[in-house]
Amino acid sequence: MQLLEQGRPAADRWLRVADAAPIPDDVAALIGLERLAEVPAGRTAPLGVVVGPATLPEELAPLLNRVALIAVAFPKFRDGRGFTLGRALRERFRYGGELRAVGHVLPDQHLFLLRCGFSAVEVADGADLAPWTAALGRFHTAYQAMVTDKATLRQCMRRFG
Amino acid sequence: MDGLDRTAPQVTAGIYKYDAYDRQFLRDRVAEFRGQVDRRLAGALSEDEFKPLRLMNGLYLQLHAYMLRCAVPYGVLSSDQMRQFAVVARRFDRGYGHFTTRQNIQFNWIKLEEAADAIATLADADLHAIQTSGNCIRNVTTDEYAGAAFDESVDPRVYAEILRQWSTLHPEFSFLPRKFKIAITGAARDRAAIQLHDIGLAARRDASGAVSFEVWVGGGMGRTPILAYRIRERLPEAETIAYLEAILRVYNALGGRENIHKARIKILVRDVGQARFTELVEQEYARLPRERYRLEPEVVAAIQAHFAPPPFAVLPQADAALAAACDGDAEFAAWVGRNTHPHKVAGYISAVISLKPIGGIPGDCSAAQMDAIADLADRYAFGEVRVSHVQNLVLAHVRKDELYALWQALRPLGLATGNVGLLSDIIACPGLDYCALANARAIPVAQLIAERFADLHRQHDIGSVYINISGCINACAHHHVGHIGILGVDRKGEEYYQITLGGSATNDARIGDIVGPSFAYDQVTDAVETILRSYLAIRQAGELFIDTYRRTGLAPFKEALYATA
Repeated sequence: MQLLEQGRPAADRWLRVADAAPIPDDVAALIGLERLAEVPAGRTAPLGVVVGPATLPEELAPLLNRVALIAVAFPKFRDGRGFTLGRALRERFRYGGELRAVGHVLPDQHLFLLRCGFSAVEVADGADLAPWTAALGRFHTAYQAMVTDKATLRQCMRRFG
Repeated sequence: MDGLDRTAPQVTAGIYKYDAYDRQFLRDRVAEFRGQVDRRLAGALSEDEFKPLRLMNGLYLQLHAYMLRCAVPYGVLSSDQMRQFAVVARRFDRGYGHFTTRQNIQFNWIKLEEAADAIATLADADLHAIQTSGNCIRNVTTDEYAGAAFDESVDPRVYAEILRQWSTLHPEFSFLPRKFKIAITGAARDRAAIQLHDIGLAARRDASGAVSFEVWVGGGMGRTPILAYRIRERLPEAETIAYLEAILRVYNALGGRENIHKARIKILVRDVGQARFTELVEQEYARLPRERYRLEPEVVAAIQAHFAPPPFAVLPQADAALAAACDGDAEFAAWVGRNTHPHKVAGYISAVISLKPIGGIPGDCSAAQMDAIADLADRYAFGEVRVSHVQNLVLAHVRKDELYALWQALRPLGLATGNVGLLSDIIACPGLDYCALANARAIPVAQLIAERFADLHRQHDIGSVYINISGCINACAHHHVGHIGILGVDRKGEEYYQITLGGSATNDARIGDIVGPSFAYDQVTDAVETILRSYLAIRQAGELFIDTYRRTGLAPFKEALYATA
């Protein structure tokens, strides 16, 4: 997988732990949410969780101080639940860690993801990154008040980025 | 008057005027769409991936070609924008367009390779096709007499424009479970069908002048018609965006995504129950940062300024010239009786241009007619045109003493049919003649009925009755709420039509009752005639069709329809 952080290619420091594999205690490990109970209380290495699209933000609230990465799965790009989940984590629970979109997302959704508070997106190996970066340079203003926005230009319109 | 004749008016009715930011935004959107088409043509986007993207730019793949549905935000157009539609009709279509029940316009013969050019042409006149389709917040609709109607307390265009901006490319709500429609009214009589939308807003003004909204949620038509319920009685103006955000968040998180037919918010409301749904929305609303979403009074005032009333002349309410013209010309008098609506300013009136000539296609308009209407709007109506949700056009602000001249100008254009609200003012969807979803034809059924009752005197005798004809269960022609609703269904490869009676889309909203077994294509016109003959036989003095139906119910109509069969 390729990784774009805030729109820029980045190395992935996280190890995606397969479902049946043991959870290593000395590297940053990304595990399925359902395996959280297996993680020892004294763990010091960074921990991340993959959550499904049906996850509600309040389910994640109790573990926000334990995880440094939440990877929200998009089973299909048309399934927009992840946008609401991401925004709620940032806005309501002030989650400050990495928020990553994984699964099927399109370059055309890149800007929406960042504006909803996602910090990174996984892109398939070999996929052309040009449309992903182009999508971020397309618009400079928008009409909504999002978590990441800087200043109100006039009325409802805001500059972002 | 020479200075005004057939040129841009010196003073125009207030409509929302784009500034440099809006224009840049639109140019960026056109560039984005052009890139998407290029990626599709190059194979970088699959059709499955391209489809939702093109739909959010109004581009449908229909039976014969692509259809481009252009937005007419809350139905309001400048005369120059109307001329631009004529340009698009000539350059990219076959010289005409089709006005829809969503107050939009559709062009039915678009080539994919030219779609981006068509959209760029729209953008030259501050027009677009953003979110006229797709699982996102669609064009906000409102009262076609907004800013003009005698019974209006709040101009709904102001809030419709605010909601247009808020919903445009909303990063969180562009991939909803299903489409999402918002309607808003600010008058005593609901002409926006707010109880039949995902969200309906009724603006009210209290004694101090403060605006609040009744909020209705969970209404809709389609295969499961449901009336909305009132979730808030008095939502303060400043809280509008916050409250809508809360509703949309609950819907986006919990709405059904497995089955396309169970994905609208009405199904979520039905499944969890109104009380629980209200609780979920109120919880979400209580915890979102209210300040961020506050609709500031300065923002409302700034948008309000765009809709400032045109400089009306000081005129008497009763106009002698109009009265004399009516006395001298019975046909004109009949047209005035049907095709006008009372105005809040003395000496003015709103005029309806019927797009339902007998035997024509409801809502169709040629490029030449569009240009002519634009000229008449400049000459008589402060350069502004409205699209109504019954597929007609409205000149909102016409001087009563110029109405006769306007009518005389409309006649040679084939635009002076005096049938507004009469039975030939039929709402019909494109049906099987154009639409990939349809099961049956709708337009020819409308034409057959209109031709059967071609005599306008007979229509006047029958009085106001709304006939709505949908070519499939998606109910684009709102058949559930027609006084007489007609739904085309497919029965073993043959077109059949189910008839409902007694529907209403206004304050007393109601889903119509199914009369019984459906009728074959060549029986529908007879059935409608039987229904109307029964009404004429049993109506009491002063009763319209809908009044009689409410008094008697289905029985006498059912008897007449099936006794003869």
